[in-house]
Amino acid sequence: MRTVLFACLIASAVIALAAGPWLPLSGDGLHDPENPGIALLQQPQEALSVLAGDTAGNKVDWVRALRDNVISPRAHVADGDLPEVLESEVLMTNTSDTPYVVFPHKAHTEWMSCEVCHEELFRSEVGANDISMGHILDGEHCGRCHGAVAFPLTECNRCHSVFRDKIPAHLVEQLTPGDR
Amino acid sequence: MKVRLKCLLLTIAIIGMSTTVLWAEYADVIINERAEQEDMRPVIFPHWFHRIRYQCSACHVDLGFKMKAGGNGITMDRIIGGEFCGACHNGEIAWSTENCDLCHSGKAKLESGIRGSHETAGPGIF
Repeated sequence: MRTVLFACLIASAVIALAAGPWLPLSGDGLHDPENPGIALLQQPQEALSVLAGDTAGNKVDWVRALRDNVISPRAHVADGDLPEVLESEVLMTNTSDTPYVVFPHKAHTEWMSCEVCHEELFRSEVGANDISMGHILDGEHCGRCHGAVAFPLTECNRCHSVFRDKIPAHLVEQLTPGDR
Repeated sequence: MKVRLKCLLLTIAIIGMSTTVLWAEYADVIINERAEQEDMRPVIFPHWFHRIRYQCSACHVDLGFKMKAGGNGITMDRIIGGEFCGACHNGEIAWSTENCDLCHSGKAKLESGIRGSHETAGPGIF
């Protein structure tokens, strides 16, 4: 009896893993399964299972999906130029006891133009933004997207990624005399 | 069965099942400020579907969607007039507004807002 139960558990897990983490729309808790229109909507499984995987959020690494050229989202509804991709990285050192934060402009500008963040969410001058985890958890600054559409705030190390004893050479010039 | 093998299989089973208990799709937006008052199902906007086809700025800059659920004052009149969703959902780029059920597809009594947040998934792998 125990062996049978155990085998059932394993089998259900294998089926669940094979099906992927994306629920069908009719069972996602939001869509009304009685709605006749639901049959015409694309299922997340169909669209997302072919993209680079991740461990959080949609379980999709959206930056890699773009770089892999698996998707090529248009920049505008009408005709228009692609946004300029900016390579610069910003080091943030006021991070209490956690590793420093490095903000990559590249991954962000591959997905969107400057105006999405500047100047409303973020002022462009260094040090002009009162960024804190409190504000971010409240949905301000980085938290407008991270925790909503971009990787969630459980992924501390993806932003807090620079250890004080291993600062990459190209970021050293951004240190100020007060930094540890 | 050896104990170690049993433990391994059990771990796989737990991981397998935990990946299936996601609720909705990360970043789905429920829009129900007016829909149910007007006897329509709430709207579910899937970010995942749209971002495969358009970059963020297409909607959040060109079309003026504020990045705040409930902050846009979207009405059917404005959509039919070509604003917001109506910039594409006009029968030319995407399905037109006659296909009510395709957007108004949510269960009754859903609260407006974005589904996602830091509570949706466990910590990642550094």
